[in-house]
Amino acid sequence: MVAVMIGISIIVFGLSRLTGDPRLLYMTPGTRWSQEVWDARGRELGLDKPMVVQYLVWAGNAVQGDFGDSLWHKRNSLRIIIEKVPATLQLSGISYLLAVVLGVTLGTISAVTRGSFLDIGVRSFALVGQAAPPFWLALILIFIFAVHLDWLPTSRRGDWTNFVLPATTLAWLGSAGLARLTRSSLLEVLDSEYIKLARAKGVSTSKVIIKHALKNALIAPLTVAAILLASFLTGTVVVETVFAWPGLGRLAVDATKKNDFPLVTGITVIFAAMFLVSSLLADLLYAYIDPRIRIYDS
Amino acid sequence: MIRDTPLPNDVSERSKVRIPVVGTLYRWVRRYPVLPVMIAIVLAIMAIFAPWIAPNHPLESELDYLAAPPVWVEGGSWDYVLGADKIGRDLLSRIIHGSRISLSVAFIVIICGSVIGSGIGIASGMAGGVWDEVAMRIVDLVYATPFLLIALVAAVVFGASLQLVLILLTIFSWPIFARQTRGLTLQLKNMDYVASARVTGGSEYRIAFRHILPGVVNTVVVIATLQIGSLILTESVLSYLGVGIPAPQPAWGSMVADGREFITTAWWVPVMPGGAIFLTVFAFNFIGDWLRDYLDPRLRQID
Repeated sequence: MVAVMIGISIIVFGLSRLTGDPRLLYMTPGTRWSQEVWDARGRELGLDKPMVVQYLVWAGNAVQGDFGDSLWHKRNSLRIIIEKVPATLQLSGISYLLAVVLGVTLGTISAVTRGSFLDIGVRSFALVGQAAPPFWLALILIFIFAVHLDWLPTSRRGDWTNFVLPATTLAWLGSAGLARLTRSSLLEVLDSEYIKLARAKGVSTSKVIIKHALKNALIAPLTVAAILLASFLTGTVVVETVFAWPGLGRLAVDATKKNDFPLVTGITVIFAAMFLVSSLLADLLYAYIDPRIRIYDS
Repeated sequence: MIRDTPLPNDVSERSKVRIPVVGTLYRWVRRYPVLPVMIAIVLAIMAIFAPWIAPNHPLESELDYLAAPPVWVEGGSWDYVLGADKIGRDLLSRIIHGSRISLSVAFIVIICGSVIGSGIGIASGMAGGVWDEVAMRIVDLVYATPFLLIALVAAVVFGASLQLVLILLTIFSWPIFARQTRGLTLQLKNMDYVASARVTGGSEYRIAFRHILPGVVNTVVVIATLQIGSLILTESVLSYLGVGIPAPQPAWGSMVADGREFITTAWWVPVMPGGAIFLTVFAFNFIGDWLRDYLDPRLRQID
């Protein structure tokens, strides 16, 4: 995991050294620096030294939380980032829970009522979720529920009503694949011998599904739920932009539009770290749920 | 169910009448992805013949038609079937030209990605040892990297351009091919027929090309088809965020971005191009699913 973090930091650092003079990236566009400042910045970034030293200088600063001052806000980038973290965590946490619960429930319903209209409904829901671009889905939800019916606010952060549309968008996109996978893996398990035995000895249908089938059927969907965190990252960036949600994703897009290099790199490193921590948690959870994994991995 | 015995009431008599053509058609639709394939064919024609099909020029604006509504909405006209955007450019023509961009980006990336990925996958599966280890660690690294944010950083450094989109998407699309073909290669290379090929003096290259490659082609084709949809989605997200295909080009994602503030007044401006993305991705996902069940059901887990 540490190795991956180092790898990502090398990628980000490498990008900053691929074009021209990296000092240009740390300059607010349209300003001029005097020769002394220019030289001083060069020494600060270690430009007179070999690439490895330059990387170590950059990484050393990054570890201490110094990605350079934001060019636009004229403040320490990390400060700005930390201010935005809670909003993103709130939104993505709520939608992630919603997505997992929704995905598993819908998948189960659809497998149990296979061939019915309910099943067809769930499968269409999943197909739409997998094919719709997130920004488009968000706009359509805004159009229906905020513009046309005027039930919910269109954007920004506030009370719980502001959560409904962005969280629904994210959860829909996230639960689509999960619902399909739960459905297919539950159908497979329901076809197995031990389920037939349980049914033959007279266990009720609901008990067969909840106690016998779901335990085995949920292993694959839960693995995917862990991987899902990655697509949530992409999702939050887009959804935050559409709904003007004051979180990290929108900050990243704004900073990109303003060519604010220090801020963008800072967000990228922080996002990568958050992503790695959550996938580590997912791995641990997974080993807890499926004991076979612990043996298999060693 | 009792069959063959005619039932007394005439309702079931009527339902017994069979029209053979309809039955065959129905079975076809159930067995083959007819509708998605038709969408894909229409898209391909649109993309190839865009300048001849598009009714208007995609970049020229007509001031008489500022935000003109589509034909079925009040005030719409047949000149601008899907309506026009805020500066009076025909949406349909822009969508047709946009299909060129989306499809060509997706196909170029998927061809580069699958060739590079399966090449590395087969090579590292055959070689084993340190090279295999290094290749798989790189795959892990790419998997763990937040793509969108790297794309944002790259856009700040290099500026948004078509080449950048192609390079970024290719870098992030090969690992899935490498991982899958490597796994298959490991299985295949221990098979008896590969051993006999080696005994009869086949070189490593010959074994890789003549004996391993045919065994992984199905998997590669299935993953490639499944990936096309997500590539089109990713490209549209990049364009929507303004780090994809730069402005005057009619990329679907940036068309939605341009029209988003019109959602309250002229909903067709953002909704139409988004609908085009949706239909395209839907069609390719469907074809991919079908191909997977048909060619390689083992891949079910990748969703």
